[in-house]
Amino acid sequence: MSAVNDPERVGQTMHLSRRRWLAASAVGLAAGWPWPTQAAGTTDVITRRIPGSGEALPVVGLGSWITFNVGNDPRARDACAEVVRAFFASGGRMIDSSPMYGSSQPTIGHALARLGQPSALFSAEKVWTGRAASGPAQIEQSRAFWGVERFDLMQVHNLVAWQEHLPRLFEMKATGRLRYVGVTTSDGRRHAEIERVMRTQPIDFVQITYNLLDREVERRLLPLALERGIAVIVNRPFREGALLDALERHRVPGWATEIDCDGWAQVALKFIVSHPAVTCAIPATSRVDHVRQNMGAARGRMPDAALRERMAADVAAL
Amino acid sequence: MSEWWTYRPSDLLMFAPRTYWRLFELHNEAWWPLQALAVLVGLAWAAWVWRRSAVALRAGAAALAVASIFVGWSFLLQRYAPINWAAPGLAIGFFVQGTGLAALATRSDLRYTPSALRSRIGWLLFGWALLGQPLLAPVSGRAWMQAEVFALTPDPTAIATLGMLLWCQVQSPVSGRLLELLWALTLLQCTISAATLLTMGSLQGGVPMAAALAAVIAALAKR
Repeated sequence: MSAVNDPERVGQTMHLSRRRWLAASAVGLAAGWPWPTQAAGTTDVITRRIPGSGEALPVVGLGSWITFNVGNDPRARDACAEVVRAFFASGGRMIDSSPMYGSSQPTIGHALARLGQPSALFSAEKVWTGRAASGPAQIEQSRAFWGVERFDLMQVHNLVAWQEHLPRLFEMKATGRLRYVGVTTSDGRRHAEIERVMRTQPIDFVQITYNLLDREVERRLLPLALERGIAVIVNRPFREGALLDALERHRVPGWATEIDCDGWAQVALKFIVSHPAVTCAIPATSRVDHVRQNMGAARGRMPDAALRERMAADVAAL
Repeated sequence: MSEWWTYRPSDLLMFAPRTYWRLFELHNEAWWPLQALAVLVGLAWAAWVWRRSAVALRAGAAALAVASIFVGWSFLLQRYAPINWAAPGLAIGFFVQGTGLAALATRSDLRYTPSALRSRIGWLLFGWALLGQPLLAPVSGRAWMQAEVFALTPDPTAIATLGMLLWCQVQSPVSGRLLELLWALTLLQCTISAATLLTMGSLQGGVPMAAALAAVIAALAKR
């Protein structure tokens, strides 16, 4: 078991892990792996490259499910804006939302306007409608809520009508109205279908649930993402807080100090983002101290493959 | 929704408890001092109904009709809908209930129930809706400004309606059908509220559930 404290060495460590991974899974791809790099403008945030473009993204992003759905409450919207401010100040880039998330989109738009539309933003949105004809209007409505010129990434939410939406999204990408296209699922649903999409469609991103306890994606989807050069966004890293609530009753194990973790949240995130196939995890929070803590998981030493196994085993045994 | 059977109630809860309770604070701030007026009108009406007056029942049905429609518009559509996709559907339920209560207010065969049990449980529920429900906020450790007040917010309005329905007795089949519709809608409102609160982890979900159970038991006991 080992851990390292330098981003370059993290990359080397992950390289070895990846080679073992690829050998074990018989994927056999050795070239083109998006090595962890340092984000522009920061000195210590660990990033991963999007396989399709080589663009670097910090390994920790910001989700908005529940936490940013605060309605028309000006006080709560301002509080969310401070979370977004702290996120960018800590070196974050990707913010993810969906039309399904109630008022989260206008809340994000409020925050971005308040912060003067930060140039670091990597906007990840979703289209979520069973009526394919409604897709463009929904995307435009989302764009207006965010107040951005265009989205970086548009994903088909929970694979709803993906056969109809994806061709339109690819066309938008081809004409420069999007930069990346993806699909999402959560809580282990429709994995067979998402695997089919990953095998047959030229998507850039896939978003799935993965955490210390929900590890099914390690068997097929994560190796497939490596093989196909698809970036992976991980949702529900804390099982909507339930995982952390359960872990907080226990002391953080000694090995956490080997990977520079100051609490269970960073342990949970480092487990996820140290997987060779994962590009970015998107924990959601409405608290400034929590977003800073989450971003701390994008710094310092990362666990190697052996420590990752021990982390999962120890947590499963609690 | 595909694979709907794999979804748990918590998967459908799209807001945090603090956001939910904050809605009541914003609502109370916006409508103050209507809360005091609503409670006073409710108490005055209760004193009138105490005489078992049919006219008072019809006036009460009309007042509850206004309250239901007001709750549907001011709380469910204006406050709740931005954080919950289901809120417009709930608002429609309150609008239909308000329309039904308005129709009930026109029924000449409306009488006060001769059942002592229905009468007592009805008073218990109505009294709770007016005076007990607002206390849940401070008792639960929340601010007074987050209190749920009769005629302004859904749960006390629905529980007060249950109380009034227990007092009602009608003769004609048309009035009977109308009462059945109102019972169904009000019980559904209580059930949805209980499910939402319990999924939020709030024991307060037991209140609308207990109110609905008590009303159903009282209604069936002396049928």
